[in-house]
Amino acid sequence: MKINIGVTGLNATDNPGPGIGVIRAIKECKDLDVRIIGLSYDVMEPGIYLHQFTDKVYQIPLPAAGQSVLMERLKYIHSKEKLDLIIPNFDAELFSFIKLSPELSAMGIKTFLPELEQFEERHKYKLNEFGEKHKLNIPKSLTVTRLDDITRATDAFDFPMVVKGKYYEAYIAYTSEQIHTYYHKISAKWGLPIIIQEFIRGIEYNVAALGDGKGNTIGAIPQRKLVLTDKGKGWAGIAVDDPSLVAMTHDIIRKTKWRSGMELELMKDEKDKIYLIEINPRLPAWIYFTAGVGQNLPAALVKLALGHEVKPFTTYAAGKMFIRYSLDHVCDLKEFEKISTTGEL
Amino acid sequence: MFKLKKNVAISESGFLFVPSTGDSFSVNPVGITIIHELQKGSAEDNILTAIAEVYEVDRNIAEKDLYDFLHKLKQLNLIENDNED
Repeated sequence: MKINIGVTGLNATDNPGPGIGVIRAIKECKDLDVRIIGLSYDVMEPGIYLHQFTDKVYQIPLPAAGQSVLMERLKYIHSKEKLDLIIPNFDAELFSFIKLSPELSAMGIKTFLPELEQFEERHKYKLNEFGEKHKLNIPKSLTVTRLDDITRATDAFDFPMVVKGKYYEAYIAYTSEQIHTYYHKISAKWGLPIIIQEFIRGIEYNVAALGDGKGNTIGAIPQRKLVLTDKGKGWAGIAVDDPSLVAMTHDIIRKTKWRSGMELELMKDEKDKIYLIEINPRLPAWIYFTAGVGQNLPAALVKLALGHEVKPFTTYAAGKMFIRYSLDHVCDLKEFEKISTTGEL
Repeated sequence: MFKLKKNVAISESGFLFVPSTGDSFSVNPVGITIIHELQKGSAEDNILTAIAEVYEVDRNIAEKDLYDFLHKLKQLNLIENDNED
């Protein structure tokens, strides 16, 4: 019997959501027979029109509309599609889905999300406390909610500094004026607080990982980005063979008992000291690469969510690369009309 | 004596790859000769002899080029000096 899976993050743009990578990996898993229900926020998300990935698509309300509006929409979708599982892929929507997960579970819809406490404690603006609690190396940072607070940061750290939004975007500031500029730019888009972080010189690595919620790491793939877009998104990367990055991931998952996919942003300095820069509480946009190097983490997440036993992966093909590309997909205006007017396709 | 770091791999075409960092480099045929000699554990003097013989180059020029190249490899963290252990 087919498993009906709702997936968000269909925006396969130059600032991509993870949805298409998640779906592609799940569909390649021979053990799973799935039907993918795309859940989109915008009618121009490319995944809506890519029928090799999405079997059906429904628009859902933005997180700002509130949980009850989202729940009503999900009930409607469930009445049509008999959803077995939902995999949300955006940071900004996770809070709502975590809060709704008991209600979804009662309806027979499974999720595989972090506990609310796990989700909350790893926020960028709480990373200092998170590091202290779990004994992890974290760059020093300050949470700023008023312009006056910026001087606290300029007094505390040397330039350059990293200026970050609550959910997205980060810039390196070399002067106080640049901090002010980025403060306004980020807060206008993502709201407050803004995080000002000590700049660590070194090589950045990203690890995509999956925790089973009991402290076990089901898989972990460390990669180094080889090409960045002007938005700082990885456009190419290589899987590296560095056991210390994998060990740090295991350590974090063991200490937090992380339940769900995650992406760690790590920085290794010249003395090989590893700093945790950020924990993204979901699978990353480059997640298909994990399947490409031998650890299909999205498929493993589906199996865990459905209550199957999943053995941890132990190896991966280091040295393999991915290169993202853009492609013009041609579709009929009728499709655009249908999703725009009925909210379904 | 310099030694190539254990995890550095080199292909026949001169493509150098470090699996732990994902760094990669291309070296020319002289570079390949030097790196193969480093892999064999040859001392600088023996590497010089190998280059001078294969490429029929003045030993002083070869020596300067060799040390420039070794300096670059050291900067890139691809070799280590035995004496530093």
